[in-house]
Amino acid sequence: MTRANRGGVLVALGLAPVLGAAESPMSYLRTFGPAGDPATELGWGLGIVSILVMVVITVLVVAAIAKRRSPASSARELTVQRDEGGLSWIYIGVGVSTAVLIACAVWTMFTVAAVAMPAHAEDMTIRVTASQWWWNVRYENDDASQVFDAPNEIHIPVGRPVRVELSSTDVIHSWWIPQLAGKMDVIPGQTNVTWLQADKAGVYRGQCGEYCGAQHAHMAMYVVADPPRDYAAWAERQRAAASPGLQAALLRGQQTFVNNCGACHAVRGTAAGGILGPDLTHLKSRQTIAAGLLPNTPGNLSAWIANAQALKPGTRMPTMALSGSDLSAIVAYLDTLN
Amino acid sequence: MAAVLSGNDALRVPVIARPADDTSIEPRLDRIWETRKGLLGALSSVDHKTIGKRYLVTAFVFLLIGGLEAALMRAQLARPNQTLLSPEQYNQLFTMHGVTMIFLYALPVLSGFSNFLWPLMLGSRDMAFPRLNALSYWLFLFAGIFLYVSFPIGRAPDAGWFNYVPYSSLAYNPGINIDVYALGMVLLGLSTTVGSTNFVVTLIRTRAPGMSINRVPILVWGTLTASVGNLFAVPAVSLAFLMLWMDRRFGSHFFDVSGGGQPLLWQHLFWMFGHPWVYAIVLPAMGIVSDGLPTFCRRPLVGYTAVALATVTTMVLGFGVWVHHMFATGLPPISLSFFSAASFIIVIPSAVAVFAWIATMWTGRPQFTTPFLFFAGFVIVFVIGGVSGFMTAAVPVDTQLTDTYFVVAHLHYVLIGINVLPVAGGIHYWFPKFTGRLMNEKLGKWSFWIMFIGFNVGFFPMHIAGLLGMPRRIYTYPSGLGWDTVNMVITLGAYLFAFGVLLFAINVWRSLRHGERAGPNPWDAPSLEWATASPPPAYNFAVIPTVASRYPLWEDRLTGHEGRSSTGEGMLLDNGRETIGTSALDAVPDVILRMPGDSFAPLLLSLALAISFVGMLIHSWWLFGIAIACSTVAAVAWLWPEARLGQTMDIARGSR
Repeated sequence: MTRANRGGVLVALGLAPVLGAAESPMSYLRTFGPAGDPATELGWGLGIVSILVMVVITVLVVAAIAKRRSPASSARELTVQRDEGGLSWIYIGVGVSTAVLIACAVWTMFTVAAVAMPAHAEDMTIRVTASQWWWNVRYENDDASQVFDAPNEIHIPVGRPVRVELSSTDVIHSWWIPQLAGKMDVIPGQTNVTWLQADKAGVYRGQCGEYCGAQHAHMAMYVVADPPRDYAAWAERQRAAASPGLQAALLRGQQTFVNNCGACHAVRGTAAGGILGPDLTHLKSRQTIAAGLLPNTPGNLSAWIANAQALKPGTRMPTMALSGSDLSAIVAYLDTLN
Repeated sequence: MAAVLSGNDALRVPVIARPADDTSIEPRLDRIWETRKGLLGALSSVDHKTIGKRYLVTAFVFLLIGGLEAALMRAQLARPNQTLLSPEQYNQLFTMHGVTMIFLYALPVLSGFSNFLWPLMLGSRDMAFPRLNALSYWLFLFAGIFLYVSFPIGRAPDAGWFNYVPYSSLAYNPGINIDVYALGMVLLGLSTTVGSTNFVVTLIRTRAPGMSINRVPILVWGTLTASVGNLFAVPAVSLAFLMLWMDRRFGSHFFDVSGGGQPLLWQHLFWMFGHPWVYAIVLPAMGIVSDGLPTFCRRPLVGYTAVALATVTTMVLGFGVWVHHMFATGLPPISLSFFSAASFIIVIPSAVAVFAWIATMWTGRPQFTTPFLFFAGFVIVFVIGGVSGFMTAAVPVDTQLTDTYFVVAHLHYVLIGINVLPVAGGIHYWFPKFTGRLMNEKLGKWSFWIMFIGFNVGFFPMHIAGLLGMPRRIYTYPSGLGWDTVNMVITLGAYLFAFGVLLFAINVWRSLRHGERAGPNPWDAPSLEWATASPPPAYNFAVIPTVASRYPLWEDRLTGHEGRSSTGEGMLLDNGRETIGTSALDAVPDVILRMPGDSFAPLLLSLALAISFVGMLIHSWWLFGIAIACSTVAAVAWLWPEARLGQTMDIARGSR
């Protein structure tokens, strides 16, 4: 069924105002890659079957009441009918239901096969490590010097399948980029593997799909699908260490950062090498901070560093006791991490 | 009539009596069966009707508590980025909401119906084990209180009702909250197990003579199926929670990855229980509809045998679908395909029931009463909850739908639609039997329409929120994701639904005092419970009824039955508390069962057990020891041989 036809069905059902109005970045009514599309087709199919069943049954119940309702006057002076007939309802209803169910089950099995990971996804692997409440992403490469980390905002080349290896450092999370593919749980003690592919350039929002504690609500991530050439350029920039040669004013910020933040955060090319929090080497290249919580602006960054607990209560990022000048020095330094 | 043996070696043939001819019978039975007045009587009563009403009232109180929790959550989610609740508060509220509704409301309320109604429907004087019945209620009450002990100090369980490890392990969830949940569930499991055993034996042993297995009401089939299911399912969850508690307090590493444990083991054990449990809390409710609907359609249920078998089939298949809660956990596709197919197949028995109800309406003459409205509304909602479940059966679709509001919508259509609506209808239907008075029809219809409309306005849009990608269990959400409007609608609808429930509660309250007085059978219903007074006397039936068909009270109008049931003349059992024991399939009488009297032992035993759980919770081993010693004393007192309860039955078996 084409998308236009689906729209027609929706209009007919009166759902269009609700669904049409919402161009939600998390809505999987429309997907943009082969890891999700067959399931989306199946979902629409089952959804339409479901709505038809709902309508048919509702009509049957309402019609039964309307046509067969006994006159109110006879309420207390009652007859009882003999147990005759009616069984054909069960035979026909259950017979039709069974045929539909079997057809849907078969369609499901074909879809399971259709969304299986293609062999050539091995060509590009990212290793996602989930922690309360952010995502680290390592871009694997046979050449170890080419491997780099870039958390929370994932870049992939358009049109290429990407193998995703999932592991957790703490509790169970679930990897979910709705417009590209369904969920895969991230379970400590095991590495689950899934894949995704974006056939259209753009930004796709994702969010943790399994309840994982206080800030489950704020554990988002973005997948940015770039044309292959842009992707290669982005990866090249990410591989590089932070640029040295800072002006004197910024050197103080760097030192303050290393002293106060370096135990948890890494900025490659400096003494800050912590692994408990996100790698900040190219912080300014990202659209958001704190796993999708806030737009990445100097003001937000400053507020976040000063009092992360107020913005994301429970986050592992502590509230930093920094003087005003130290804070602005750090923010000014972070502003250089392109 | 078969010769029946009982008592001390004497072959005794029960006296056949007609209470209408002998006015001394009923006062005599009253003296034997009445619970004594006052507090002591209340605490020692083993009357199934008292216990049933306690279950209903206690479960309803928990429903209101769970509803208040939901109301707070819906206020928080009405608009984006609200800070009415902190994440910790929200997470405790959604966890306790689920725990309360699923464990402390949904099954107990059905146990209330079944406890009250079973002996009346089956033509018996009480459940097979009256004291066990009291025990199961007291344990339920104490487990319910236990699960709330840490709520006032702001440390209620907060890992969701399915409590996945390792989030619920000590490392990520220190404190007392998860221990409360773990131990509380083990305690509640005792109550469920005891209650289920009692239902199974009651069905097998204490049906009225002639009530063969194919003549029992569908509610009995539903509760029987649920009880057998619970007996197999509850051990899995009790074990899982005990293992979790040991992991947390004794470092046993069942689920702890660093010690070689497996987080997925928890999920398997939990859902091996959890999925059958879902059927346990809907099958008896479906039974309420299968029994109530025919009364208001003025004809027998279409396809009784098919519906009864579908009930059992659902539970059998229900044990084979637990993995559909785990489609996103990385299991291999071949295993997923099996559980996916099983999840499609389990729709078939539900379809049998749906078409049986529709056929009953189409071939009957529906009367527009409040209970009928609830039952008919239920059929529509049942189908919506069914088809959303059918969508989640498809693995690739489910990996999108799972853990979104689509699933929240589905489970509320199942739990509210298939449990709360039939329960409300059932309360209206049997209220005269419970209290001797009818509920107000006008207020009843208002409450139905407000509940029905509020429910659909509140919960149908949750499907849409889910399709728009809103995950469940988030304490807030940013604007700009398209979730704002739909959440506001959900909140308003949910409050409208809550208002409907409030009207229902007001109707119950008013009708208790001012309701129209009801005779034995105000709805002209067909089954045995309507043959005795409203409310029934303590002994239920002055003489044990004899049953000759599925619809004893409609026999004069339904031709084609060979025999006639009899409720006016039958076995008079008045040597102390007695009822008749019959054979499992055909209900041929074969023994007089001596029934125990009122006793404090169930209360004391459950109290001591509950205190022993408090001892485990706070690691006070001396308290634990004393409580266990007390429970042993209570158990010995309970089991102390009493001459008047002596049973011998060898000759009776030969006398059929």
